[in-house]
Amino acid sequence: MRVRKTKSRRTEMTPVTTLHYLVVAAALFVLGVIGVLTRRNVVIVLMSVELILNAVNLNLVAFSRIWGLHGQVFAIFVITDAAAEAAVGLGILIAFFRNKETVNVDEVDLLKW
Amino acid sequence: MEPVATTFFFYLLSGLAILSGVLVITRKNPVHSALALILTLLCLAGLYLMLYAPFVAGVQIILYVGGIMVLFLFVIMLVNLERSQKEKQFNRQWVAGILAAVALGGLLVAIYTKGSALFVRPELLFPEAENTQQVGQMLYGNYMLPFEIASLLLLVAIIGAVVMAKKRI
Repeated sequence: MRVRKTKSRRTEMTPVTTLHYLVVAAALFVLGVIGVLTRRNVVIVLMSVELILNAVNLNLVAFSRIWGLHGQVFAIFVITDAAAEAAVGLGILIAFFRNKETVNVDEVDLLKW
Repeated sequence: MEPVATTFFFYLLSGLAILSGVLVITRKNPVHSALALILTLLCLAGLYLMLYAPFVAGVQIILYVGGIMVLFLFVIMLVNLERSQKEKQFNRQWVAGILAAVALGGLLVAIYTKGSALFVRPELLFPEAENTQQVGQMLYGNYMLPFEIASLLLLVAIIGAVVMAKKRI
């Protein structure tokens, strides 16, 4: 009885380590990869790319707790890149929509043979 | 300040983040996907706060949720078609998608189980009161050149976006 009590108390008090954050980031990364590869709507593909970038950011910030602040600075750079990517990607999306009247990625197949 | 109930909030925030991440890639309506992605980003900002990174959390909320996602919602309203919601939402690459997901997931699991020597160092605690100051000093000290390159990249992105989206140049 006492043993079980201490055991449950120990599992309850498990500290959240860096590895926990890395597992969450890996799950988000895999979700983003699935979204990029399987969705047809360009907007959702771009959102999946944002999901991937955020998973990487979570990794960087989690490691910055062990190795110093460099990870946080790099996360800020990644956010800047994400903003640039979103702006250009959505510009391309609007041009694409104006030409083809569709938002499906698999209908852009001019280079495919 | 020590965070309270770290374990509870970690599981709450990460569970919400993963759940809404699933919603992002499964919803038919892109607006619903965008709203789910906003929830994911907010949960990640909470996780950054728990990792003693308040500046990154603030940047995440202001830039991602306030900037990028608003841009996404605007573009969704510009290009949203009733027709596209009735079409097939997934392409025929789901086998490739599952394979890539399993391969990447297996790789990450392998790294995390074998390479646990990376994570055994005791965790440093950064006082969050000086976090912003230290990040700023690093941005203008060590990372001066990348900072300038990032500003150039943003300029290129602004011009590129205008050129792409303009009807006639």
